[in-house]
Amino acid sequence: MSLTETSAFEIAAEVRAGRLRAVDVLDAHLANVAARESEIHAFNTVTADEARRSAEAVDAAVAAGRDPGPLAGVPIALKDNMCTRGVPTTCSSKILDGWKPPYDATVVELVANAGAVVVGKTNLDEFAMGSSTENSAFGPTFNPHDVTRVAGGSSGGSAAAVAARFASISLGSDTGGSIRQPAALCGVVGVKPTYGTVSRRGLVAFASSLDQIGPFSHDVRDSALLLEVISGHDPLDSTSIPQPSLQLLTELDRGVKGLRIGRITDLPGGSEPEVDERLSEAFDALAAAGATIVDVELPSMKFGLTAYYLVAPAEASSNLARYDGVRYGMRVEASDTNAMYMATRAAGFGDEVKRRIMLGTYALSAGYYDAYYGKALKVRRLISDDFARAYEKADVLVTPTSPIVAFPVGSKVDDPLSMYLCDVFTIPTNLAGHPAMSVPFGTGAHGLPVGVQVLAPTLGEAVMFRVAAELERGAR
Amino acid sequence: MSETFMIEGYELVCGLEVHVELATATKLFSASANRFGDEPNVHIDPVTLGLPGALPVLNRRAVELAMRIGLALNCTVQSCTFHRKNYFYPDMPKAYQISQYDQPLNIDGWLELPGGKRIGVERAHLEEDTGKSTHIGGSGGRIHGSDHSLIDFNRAGVPLVEIVGRPDITSPDEARQYVTELRQILVAIGASDAKMEEGSMRCDANVSVRKPGDPLGTRCEIKNVNSVRSLGRAIEYEARRQIALIESGEKIRQETRHWDENDGRTHTLRSKEDADDYRYFLEPDLVPLAPEKSWIDEVRASLPMLPRERRQRLSAATGAAADGEAVMVVVERGQDDYVLAVGEAGADVARALVHVKEAYAEQGSAPTVPAADLARLISMETSGALTATQAKTVLAEIVEAGGGDATAIASAKGFEAMDTSELEAMVDDVIASNADAWAKYCGGEDKAMGALVGAIMKSSKGKADGKAVTALLQAKRGS
Repeated sequence: MSLTETSAFEIAAEVRAGRLRAVDVLDAHLANVAARESEIHAFNTVTADEARRSAEAVDAAVAAGRDPGPLAGVPIALKDNMCTRGVPTTCSSKILDGWKPPYDATVVELVANAGAVVVGKTNLDEFAMGSSTENSAFGPTFNPHDVTRVAGGSSGGSAAAVAARFASISLGSDTGGSIRQPAALCGVVGVKPTYGTVSRRGLVAFASSLDQIGPFSHDVRDSALLLEVISGHDPLDSTSIPQPSLQLLTELDRGVKGLRIGRITDLPGGSEPEVDERLSEAFDALAAAGATIVDVELPSMKFGLTAYYLVAPAEASSNLARYDGVRYGMRVEASDTNAMYMATRAAGFGDEVKRRIMLGTYALSAGYYDAYYGKALKVRRLISDDFARAYEKADVLVTPTSPIVAFPVGSKVDDPLSMYLCDVFTIPTNLAGHPAMSVPFGTGAHGLPVGVQVLAPTLGEAVMFRVAAELERGAR
Repeated sequence: MSETFMIEGYELVCGLEVHVELATATKLFSASANRFGDEPNVHIDPVTLGLPGALPVLNRRAVELAMRIGLALNCTVQSCTFHRKNYFYPDMPKAYQISQYDQPLNIDGWLELPGGKRIGVERAHLEEDTGKSTHIGGSGGRIHGSDHSLIDFNRAGVPLVEIVGRPDITSPDEARQYVTELRQILVAIGASDAKMEEGSMRCDANVSVRKPGDPLGTRCEIKNVNSVRSLGRAIEYEARRQIALIESGEKIRQETRHWDENDGRTHTLRSKEDADDYRYFLEPDLVPLAPEKSWIDEVRASLPMLPRERRQRLSAATGAAADGEAVMVVVERGQDDYVLAVGEAGADVARALVHVKEAYAEQGSAPTVPAADLARLISMETSGALTATQAKTVLAEIVEAGGGDATAIASAKGFEAMDTSELEAMVDDVIASNADAWAKYCGGEDKAMGALVGAIMKSSKGKADGKAVTALLQAKRGS
């Protein structure tokens, strides 16, 4: 097996044991980057030199008898909305042009301390707003399975980097499906953990009450490994849950016997037929492994998209107000301060970001707050209540991740609403703060990957990974 | 209680919003130092600058000091939340201020003025301060028309408590009393150094006027008031401006006005129509703050005696009025414990109050003169061994030296009490050599007595007791 097809779990074990050199693992991945990055465009920045230094440090540590940690020598890619000290962090926006953070995000510190080797910063929809990575100021990321198609988004670069084996694992952020949907479209595993499980410190905010960082990997075990490393309480993130890091690797082989798997009977329709077929096969696989399939209702799920497109833009309108040209990033000079603000923001933000800032500003405005933002918060509570009732009957819920497989580049850019519909199955999870993950499960139209989503209640990662591991076995 | 304050037949209605910077070591949401007066932009970090990805972490000490303020102002301390107040300004790094909105930490309290009137306190909430802009070029130091601006973020993120008073103030003097009393409370509880001139205490006044019995008038908010004295002037100016408008048949426009110290007027800053829509919403980067009862109790128990109680205590001990000048001044200086200690050392505590008020202006809250030294001096004075004038002279020397034995100083100065016959002889001499004044005094001109007393004091070189001289003169006149 080539080094790029070796799992992160095995790479770390071999490197720690001194049987494999981190620099060789890195070189193998950088060779893939050299071969295919021009047609994929997964990265905004490839940090080859820094990566080499980290890999050499890992090897030196092993040689000196020190343990570099559970991700020793594992090449990792980071979505370019996570702050990296001294390395440009662009959010794929022109407005952060030239800005280099003076600090590392907590997750960046955690993976580095665990021995991982950061190979680069990956492309995304500008400020994570989108479902195809076409809203990047630096151009789209293409799907490694078919480069005429999108990689999904907003963490399309991180999904593609793993799918193309540019990195063994990667980190993305998920506000409404931005990890799970590109994972499904690129045929990899993607996890959105419980809100508050992974520190958001150093993650450039899109919608603070929904954003959560999570892993991409080829298999469920590597996501479990990476999530163990990045989860845990961070006193510098006030919304971080005060609890130790998750223990997941021990859950993977427990099987699903006796678990109750919820099938949502009133799931919004419109999925491609192959997607529905894979979903039904997924239930069959779980039933065959000893789980009980139970029907549950989630009547408010259909309002999720609407509520999300009020809550997320509202928070975004405030979070993105700081990009004003005063302190960092782009500035377009003008006659006075207000004119400078407007010129800078007009030139620095792309259309989708502007659209959401306007939407969110409107939703929070005096006289409209109650009708829009206030009502969306009520819907958010309804969705949580519906989930709570469903989880009385079921341990996890299983749905498709995306209603459709990867679509051709350019086919939805002029139709924001149909783009928004890509996240119909993923968004409710974020509104409830629950964990969910996408596991590759066969192929759909055009032989493209299909992902199945496992949803669990708050801090239900252990059971979620058990089911995901079973689905992975079932898919083989 | 004072009579209703009226200007030209109108009542004044005023509520004050006071911002105080808390005396914490670090900022409200980050570990940068909270310190005034350093080089610009040295107390900064990703949170202070609002860098992408930076998250706020609430400072526990700031919450504690804010609770101290609430409890000292008789507020209810409650579970609360933080909101974002969104607006663009160059010295606001995130383009929103983290503040408290519909669920503030402290609600429904009051502050009692020295005379006993209570001014309601609607709320006292936590929020972060902005940075400080300096506008270069153009006129008036305003951003409009300036060539460029410099921003110092040292102040950005400094913890503030905004104390929102109810519109219970009805005169410029009450406004001054309110701010003075509030300042003393804040200093006493260690919440803030509350210096208006350094900006660690800032006061905005909402002012309206009405004819007695009428509903409330339209109010204007006055900003940029930088001293207690200016506060009274600004309120009075604003009330008169509004009355003049009403009298000439015009309407008051609700607006924010800027007090100009130089011309003594208020000027339009912005009208209600161009007020920002702050788009408040719950701050998603923070969780609700719910101080446990045990914490609140602990903070309450740690509060020191407040200025009002201290004035009452001193008043009870000395017989002086609690809102009289001597008690007010001495408590404001924090010298009341000292006065009481002098009393406990055996001296007349009322005398101690007077001496401390007169002679200890520069001494601060911990006078260097041992209480026993002042007590000995007062005992000499009350026993008649020293006259009041002599006592003053000796005390000045003791204060200057930071202590001293009154007996030794008095004897070194040759201060001995004159015996009665000696004094009587001296009085007779002075009457003889000031026949005109004596004649006037005898003719009923009491003012003439001053000249006589002065001459006697002069010839006795200050040794004569003024009271005894007066008594002798009156006796000799036969009245």
